[in-house]
Amino acid sequence: MPNFLRAPSGTQIALVKATVFLACLVPAAQLALGWQNDTLGANPIETITRASGEWTLRLLLITLAVSPLRRYTGLHWLIRLRRMLGLFAFAYAAAHFTTYVWLDQFFDWQAIARDILDRPFITVGFAAFVLLIPLAATSSNAAIRRLGGRRWQSLHRSTYAIAILAVVHFWWLVKADLLKPFIYVLILAALLGLRAWWREQERRRQLSVPPPAKHLERPVIRIVQK
Amino acid sequence: SERLATIASPLSTTEAMTERKAVTSYNNFYEFGTDKGDPAQNAGRMLTRPWTVAVEGLAGKPRRFDIDELLKLAPLEERIYRLRCVEGWSMVIPWVGFPLAALLKAVEPLGSAKYVEFLSHYDPEIMLRRPVLQWPYAEGLRLDEALHPLTILAVGLYGEVLPNQNGAPIRLVVPWKYGFKSIKSITTIRLTERQPATSWRRAAPHEYGFYANVNPEVSHPRWSQATERRIGEIRKRPTLMFNGYAEQVASLYQGMDLRTYY
Repeated sequence: MPNFLRAPSGTQIALVKATVFLACLVPAAQLALGWQNDTLGANPIETITRASGEWTLRLLLITLAVSPLRRYTGLHWLIRLRRMLGLFAFAYAAAHFTTYVWLDQFFDWQAIARDILDRPFITVGFAAFVLLIPLAATSSNAAIRRLGGRRWQSLHRSTYAIAILAVVHFWWLVKADLLKPFIYVLILAALLGLRAWWREQERRRQLSVPPPAKHLERPVIRIVQK
Repeated sequence: SERLATIASPLSTTEAMTERKAVTSYNNFYEFGTDKGDPAQNAGRMLTRPWTVAVEGLAGKPRRFDIDELLKLAPLEERIYRLRCVEGWSMVIPWVGFPLAALLKAVEPLGSAKYVEFLSHYDPEIMLRRPVLQWPYAEGLRLDEALHPLTILAVGLYGEVLPNQNGAPIRLVVPWKYGFKSIKSITTIRLTERQPATSWRRAAPHEYGFYANVNPEVSHPRWSQATERRIGEIRKRPTLMFNGYAEQVASLYQGMDLRTYY
C-alpha cells in the first residue's frame, strides 16, 4: 500500500475531505439546477422528495460503513470523514423534511400532523429525522468534550436505530416493487450484523483469556537479605 | 405519429390539458419497469401490429377482433378526461376512443353476465419478469360500469395513435376510478358471472379494492386521498368525489357503503 494511503499528511487529508464535501453536494446541486431549468420530469416535487430521501439513506449507510472499512483496510484516517458524512445525512434529511412540509404540503400543519399520527411510514420517517437532530447538535468537538466520550458515544449509538427507521420508512412507502428497499435492508443488515459479530468476538476473547497465574495473584513479598 | 380523425364529445372537460410530454413520459406501466420514466424508455419494444382482442365469456356472439377492425367499430371521439392516480397525482388527458359499450353490445352479453374481466398483453421476452404484480395484469368492472357512457376504450391521445407507454394499441379509460383500473394494452375482455380477480387487489387487498372509485373521504391505508397534485402545478388541489364525475356515476353505487367497497 502506498504510504500516502496508509498515513496521509495533513494536507492530503484536507484534500480528501474537500473532495468528499464537494461530492456530497453534487446531488443537491443537481436538484437545484434541475428545479431551475425544469428538468426534473413531470412531477418535480416527487423527484426532489425521492432523491433527498434516498440520499439521506445512502449517506446514513455510508456513515455506518466507515468503521468496518477502517477496520478491514487499516486506513485509520477514514474515521476523520465520518462526522462530515453524518452531517450530510442530516442535511439531506432536513432537505427531505423541508420539501415535504413546504413544497408537498405547503405548511398545511393539520394535514402534516394527521400524516405523522395516522400514517406509519411517515411516523417512522419523522421519528428518524427527530432522532437525528441531537446527533447533529452534538457533533462539534466542544460538544464531545462537554458530554464526555462515553456519554457522547452512547448517544450516537442511536444512529443504528435511525438507520433502521429510515429503511422501514422507505420499505413502507413503496407500492409494490420492493427490490430497492430490499437492497437497503441487506446493506444495513450487513453493517449491523458486523457490529454484532465484533461484540460477540470481543466477548469470547475476554472469556478465553486465561486466568492470571497463581503466583501473580498476590503481591509477592520477598525478603532480601542485605 | 399517425393522426386520428375524431369528433368532439359533450362528455369532455374544458379544464386545461396536461402537456403531452408529461402524459407520455410519466407513466405507471409496471410491465415495462416500476419507475415513472421506465415505460417511455422500454415500451417501444412492444409490437402493436398484428394485434387482436378476444371478447369472450358469457356472450351470445363471442369473437376475436382485429385491432384495425376495432378502430372502425364506432366513430372515434375525443374525450378530455381528468385522470386521478391512486398515488395522489392527476392529469387532464385528451383521449381518443369509443365507448366500451359499443364493443360489448357487438358480442351480445348474456343475462348471466355481471362483470367484465380485462387482461393485458404479457410477454416475458420484452417485459419485467420479476413478479412485482401477478402477470398478465388483470382488471375488472361491474357490467353496468362497463356499459356506462363515460367508460371508453382509448386508441389515441392528443389526436394521435396511442404511444406504447400509454397502453397501445388499445386501453381502458374509466375516469371516475383510480388510474390503475384503466388497464393498458388489452388482449382479452371476458364477460363473467363472478367478480374477477384484479392485479392490485391480489397484491394488497386491504389497500386496493375492486371498485377503486376516486374518493377523497376514504384514505389509502398509507396516505390521504383528500388532495392531489395536478401534474404541472405546485400546490395541491382538493380531490373531487368520483373524480368530479359524481353527477354521472353516483347512482351506480346507491346504497353501497363506499368504505367497505373501496
